[in-house]
Amino acid sequence: MNALLVSAILGVLLMLSSVFIKNKSSIHTLALVGLAVLFVLNLAEINGWLLFEIDLKGMLRFDRYALVMNAIMLASLFFYLLLSGRSMEKVGPHYADYLALLFFICAGLFMVTGYTSLLILFLGIEVISIPLYILTGSDKRNLKSNEAALKYFLLGSFSTGLLLLGIAFFYGARGNFSATVAVDPTVVGSSLQLASLLLLLFAMSFKVSVAPFHFWTPDVYDGAPTVFTSFMATIVKVALFAAFVRLFEDTFSLQFSTWQPWVAGFAVLTLLIGNLTAVFQQSVKRMLAYSSIAQAGFMLLAVYAINGDSKEGLLLYAASYSLATIGIFAVLSHLQDYTFEGFNGLAKKQPVVAASLAIFFLSLAGIPLTGGFLAKLFMIKAALVYQPWVAIFAVIMAVVAVFYYFRVIQAMYFRTADQASFPEFPKHFPTLLLVTALLLVLLGVFPETILGLLYF
Amino acid sequence: MVVLLLLLIPLIGASFLFLYKGDYQFSAAAALKISLASLLVMGARLFYWQTPEMLSFSAPWLTALGSSFSLRMDGLGTILSLLTTASYFLLFWYLRGQSIERPAAFFAWLLLAQAGMLGVFLAMDSLLFYFFWELALIPMYFLASQWGGARRIPVTFKFFIYTFLGSVFMLIGILYLQSKTADHSFALESIKKIRLSSDQQSWLFWLFFIAFAIKLPVFPFHTWQPDTYEESPTPVTAMLSAVMVKMGILGLLRWLLPLFPIASYMWGDVVMTLAVVGIVYASFLAMQQTDLKRLIAYSSIAHIGLMTAGAFALNNMAYQGLLLQLFTHGINILGMWILADLIERKTGTRTMASLGGIAQHSPAITIFFVIISLANIALPLTNAFVGEFLLFNGILATPSNYYWVFAVVGGLGIIFSAVYTLKMIRTIFYGEANSVTQAPILLASHECWVLSAMVCLILFFGVYPQPLLNLTADFSKELFGLTDITALFRKS
Repeated sequence: MNALLVSAILGVLLMLSSVFIKNKSSIHTLALVGLAVLFVLNLAEINGWLLFEIDLKGMLRFDRYALVMNAIMLASLFFYLLLSGRSMEKVGPHYADYLALLFFICAGLFMVTGYTSLLILFLGIEVISIPLYILTGSDKRNLKSNEAALKYFLLGSFSTGLLLLGIAFFYGARGNFSATVAVDPTVVGSSLQLASLLLLLFAMSFKVSVAPFHFWTPDVYDGAPTVFTSFMATIVKVALFAAFVRLFEDTFSLQFSTWQPWVAGFAVLTLLIGNLTAVFQQSVKRMLAYSSIAQAGFMLLAVYAINGDSKEGLLLYAASYSLATIGIFAVLSHLQDYTFEGFNGLAKKQPVVAASLAIFFLSLAGIPLTGGFLAKLFMIKAALVYQPWVAIFAVIMAVVAVFYYFRVIQAMYFRTADQASFPEFPKHFPTLLLVTALLLVLLGVFPETILGLLYF
Repeated sequence: MVVLLLLLIPLIGASFLFLYKGDYQFSAAAALKISLASLLVMGARLFYWQTPEMLSFSAPWLTALGSSFSLRMDGLGTILSLLTTASYFLLFWYLRGQSIERPAAFFAWLLLAQAGMLGVFLAMDSLLFYFFWELALIPMYFLASQWGGARRIPVTFKFFIYTFLGSVFMLIGILYLQSKTADHSFALESIKKIRLSSDQQSWLFWLFFIAFAIKLPVFPFHTWQPDTYEESPTPVTAMLSAVMVKMGILGLLRWLLPLFPIASYMWGDVVMTLAVVGIVYASFLAMQQTDLKRLIAYSSIAHIGLMTAGAFALNNMAYQGLLLQLFTHGINILGMWILADLIERKTGTRTMASLGGIAQHSPAITIFFVIISLANIALPLTNAFVGEFLLFNGILATPSNYYWVFAVVGGLGIIFSAVYTLKMIRTIFYGEANSVTQAPILLASHECWVLSAMVCLILFFGVYPQPLLNLTADFSKELFGLTDITALFRKS
């Protein structure tokens, strides 16, 4: 609760700050300080210290899982702002507004990780989506950015419609909006209940870009300014997955056998489409868009298996996937050439940047000693409880993923540059990137540091 | 403690070399000293440090998952660690006085691979085993892709994908086994206590076997191997074939056979058929090769085929031979690669047709080459003879109806290997000297020392293999106890 309210306040503060503060780097610092405050407040709440005493009327519940998820998102966001905060200046003149929107989105993120009423879920998703539509179209002179924003808006509204209809049916079947109240077993089989289950499943699948509801993703991710793609593909996606898990774990736990085959099918389809399409991409940015679909397939296993392992796995996945992807996009936003050839020979010119990028890609591919490996390990372990075929399919797709992730490593390390120079990176950028990469390695060696938060 | 030292020395050495970028002289000397330190630790283990506390190490790690950082050096671990440390020392000694681009990184990656492989040999926890299995792969991938020949990028990527594909299947198997253990642990001891039905054993067997078969490689999973061996820089190829393929054999002996003995018996015929088909197939291909490195690569597939067949013979004799052969094959093939590298560096070619008559002007290298090649075809009085003799004895005692087919076809492999090896010696060393081989090949003194050391090892263990057999006797007896088919069937 601490973080939710303060992030909304900080959003307003940042919006007004552009009137008083003209220096962009001061605004950037302000945002970083704000995030640090949010992080500390969130940690305080994990330890039971609340800033406000508000009667939530049973609509929000910040349990330990939600709070740890929030802490991971805040930490990722902190690294995001450190690494690519200044790249936002290149997008357009309204620097403070972009940061303000990020903080508003944060409030939405905390709502979707902590909801207990479907109304809050709906509100949270809208609070996230509307600023995202704006950020996608923020590069106003770029046609692709405009097209992406419109596409995102239209399809996003459509899926919101599905979500709302699902919630309405849910109310019709159960007579309340509560995600946690125990269901009367007699209504479980009703057709209203089934309709609401499927509509909510489809709407959530759309929001986290799970196949066959992924069609908006590549175009939107490709068209949006790179800094904002980075944010959308990581922190937002992870939060929505947490919401997804909560919805199916609590609300629909009795209909497990109804929805599990659906989720299994979606996971398999997502892994297949995401990975196979990513192999054929020529632009690294577009490859990352498809890779984010593929990774969503893996994260969907958390919903599919829905047990202790899968929930822990989702936390690790959230941290490792977000950090790695944020790091890669941060480098990408400095490069001119988004093709694979654009990375040729980077290792010779910028060894630190290249080494960090290599760690990010190894983590995404799931190679041991990185966070990504353990995240995948937890997911597979969780999924193995049921049919082994889903898990086996997932690991085969993880091998396919190596094809496209390693293309970048090959370009950086094994090929020589045909172009003379890479753009200069900002002064502390390589060091920061390396710190992010080392954090990822730390996560892969001592994952207890994060998982321990859950239990102590 | 010994086990920890063995891992830490190359690891610290590698980090030092990565950070402190010296020139070739410095890096090579530093790497040599690091490998000497490992070898000395290994020597101390053989003669002084023999208490169980010295030979094992365990620390909590990933306790939430049920894994721990547990290492132990049993007979199999001992002989493979000995091979690894000795090969690295010999290789680094040989590499003095050459020049390689970006030397610090080159040696650092090699040392990292050493740490990874030693980890695989010593890990007693299945998740840790998997960790090291992958960690050994990454340095080799970077080495081969950065310092290799013209086609290196696609070729080594194929190698990486193959091995990675195999290992993820193994990961599924490991996770499944962990879920079946009573204490939800990845430890080998806990896994050994699970009682698996023969159906479960069967599919788990294949999940593990594919990983090991790709690594070995066993026919038909071998297609990455000749290309990778050819395109990698020769020192890397040497480590790949002398040490890294032993990871596959270790997988069979430590994980596959003792955990799934019934399935190993059930599928034994299939695997042995693959192995002997591989022997014949690789031998025929070896006879057709014109490139020296490719010839050695195919001959290596044939040797590995025999070792795989020996592993599935499921009796003590074959295990003894196999454990001995782990060491001798490593030393012999390392010698072959060093000689191939010498010839290529000094004459500028490795196409056998353009060589010829080297013996006329360069007797020293000829003598070394002939002795090491003869060891490679297991002539009596060389080290490989003892191992292969035991292997054949073991294969003849296989609990399979087709034991004589496997023994006869495997025996053909020995004859074929004599054919292509002698043909290779004739083409390269005898006949008329041509413009390429006119100039005598002079061996530097350290090169002479390395090769002499190898020849001494070959002859010494050819005459007196007992010390090596003593090292591994307990392990092979224990393994036989776990995989003795007649006893297993009597029990169930």
